[in-house]
Amino acid sequence: MELIYGHPKSLKPIQTKYCPGCGHGVIHRLITEVIDEMGMQQKSIILNPVGCSIWASIYFDFDSVQVPHGRTPAGATAVKRMLPDHLVICYQGDGDLAAIGTAEAVHAANRGEKFTTIFVNNAIYGMTGGQMAPTTLVGQKATTAPYGRDPDEAGMGYPIRVLEMLATLAGTKYLARGAVNNAANVRKTKGYIKKAFEAQMRGEGSSIVEILSQCPTNWAISPVESVGWVESAMIPFYALGVVKDELAPVADTVKEASK
Amino acid sequence: MALEKRLMKGNEAIGEAAIRAGCDAYFGYPITPQSELIAYMAKHMLDAKRVFIQAESEVSAINMVYGAGATGARAMTSSSSPGVSLKQEGISYACGADVPMVVVNVARSGPGLGGISPAQGDYFQSTRGGGHGDYYHIVLAPKSVQEAADLTYEAFDLADEWRMPAMILADGMIGQMMEGVSFPEPKDPATRVAKPWAVGNRNGRKDVNHVDSTHLVPEEFEQALHARYARYEEMKKVLPRFEEHFVEDADLILTAYGTSARVCLGAMQMARKLGLKVGLFRPITLWPYPEKRLGELEGKRFLAVEMSMGQMVEDVRLYTHGKSEVSFYGRCGGMIPTEEDVLAEIRKILKK
Repeated sequence: MELIYGHPKSLKPIQTKYCPGCGHGVIHRLITEVIDEMGMQQKSIILNPVGCSIWASIYFDFDSVQVPHGRTPAGATAVKRMLPDHLVICYQGDGDLAAIGTAEAVHAANRGEKFTTIFVNNAIYGMTGGQMAPTTLVGQKATTAPYGRDPDEAGMGYPIRVLEMLATLAGTKYLARGAVNNAANVRKTKGYIKKAFEAQMRGEGSSIVEILSQCPTNWAISPVESVGWVESAMIPFYALGVVKDELAPVADTVKEASK
Repeated sequence: MALEKRLMKGNEAIGEAAIRAGCDAYFGYPITPQSELIAYMAKHMLDAKRVFIQAESEVSAINMVYGAGATGARAMTSSSSPGVSLKQEGISYACGADVPMVVVNVARSGPGLGGISPAQGDYFQSTRGGGHGDYYHIVLAPKSVQEAADLTYEAFDLADEWRMPAMILADGMIGQMMEGVSFPEPKDPATRVAKPWAVGNRNGRKDVNHVDSTHLVPEEFEQALHARYARYEEMKKVLPRFEEHFVEDADLILTAYGTSARVCLGAMQMARKLGLKVGLFRPITLWPYPEKRLGELEGKRFLAVEMSMGQMVEDVRLYTHGKSEVSFYGRCGGMIPTEEDVLAEIRKILKK
């Protein structure tokens, strides 16, 4: 009998600490499904960041290295260089990647480091309680932007489109943006992750999958409303799809995954 | 067989010793006066097909060292004072996650950007756990190019054995000057300690390995810190190392480390020629400090000589338990005391 649905082997069967409606759990599941499909559980290592997903390491059934806030790509650089036959995942939130760790993210991408970054963009700081993120939308409220993000008068800057910024770098080979707000987007996102992981194992250079994700707790709306907000507010600014694909031509895994 | 002696800069000798110790990966960022070291590593690590990365910052470099160390590799970084300040974040994490690494500080004058001349103002930062939280790490202070090479070669073993960063605290003088140096044979990788805690190569291992400094349950964290401090106590029993001259009959013992200890050795010899009973106590391990030996000398009179406003002098006072009269003579801002300066200070104290 063919198993068509089950709990991924690489994901421990324990309840997460994530809030109801949070996207991290779905993203963890997608990562582990792909790892299982690739048979890479014994050779996967995650670099889990500071932020809500600091918990990631306890949910995955593979090794992990926890690094200082924002230094995730620096740690991942070294882990992958020392263990090139391993699947190395650099898991980062928007504060980790696009604020405190911008230098590390840009330079690891520019060096074409051969790990995969899973960049979870929920436009807010989750763990610390709803402060403004570098990806917070203009007008979006946060505890440190109580009247909404105001780039002009309050000088709060503009939301950063990370992938479009990194696309100019020769070291980046595969950049794609997905979302986990509905089933169709979840399925597409899984395809991006698989393509990125496979590219990594072929040694093709920097691969980054940005995933728009819900944070109902810090957006102060219900989980159901939050998936709608991703659709109505985030996706119009952070366009979904492949931003850059300079991978060597191989079988189209995205198409295969969605079959 | 006599070992071949080469004339080398301290910075380059440290690099060569690291390579012979089996350094698998080096990550650094240029800064004066250690830049010959990163250049030496670039050439020789790449030639040896080992990992070399010029990182975008010292912050990134130390976290690369942390990542490489987490896989069980022998990894190293080097910098100078302002750069080592930036590395304190990663050093704190390495101490919290028990990740071995070698960190070389070819120190210069500070605070701030300061100057590029040799100084010993990083003693507090090095020996007190320079980052946040409760920790210490090994600190070794060479006084010559040969000793810089020897201590670097050994530092990788010590870091592995005690699962913590080992720091070489040199200064711009040691890094920049040329001296004759001979090197031991490349270390046999088979002699390395096993690292069952390292990530990667799971090969069916049942439990997963987490290299992590996170402890969110206070009761558990307190226990973990006590366990780490118990290890520190073991280290204090076996690791302290020092050099001493004529301390037994001395009316005045000079205490100094690294470059200032070289100056003091000359000053001591000049004083002895004048019939003055002067000795020298030179700590080689700054942490753990050779406090037991210093305690045995309590009651003697001391003169601490440093290229700083006075940092190690506090340990001399501490470990002689208030029973010694301890004077201080220091030059700072990149100035180096001369033997004559120190001799004049000796004569002032001894009134001779």
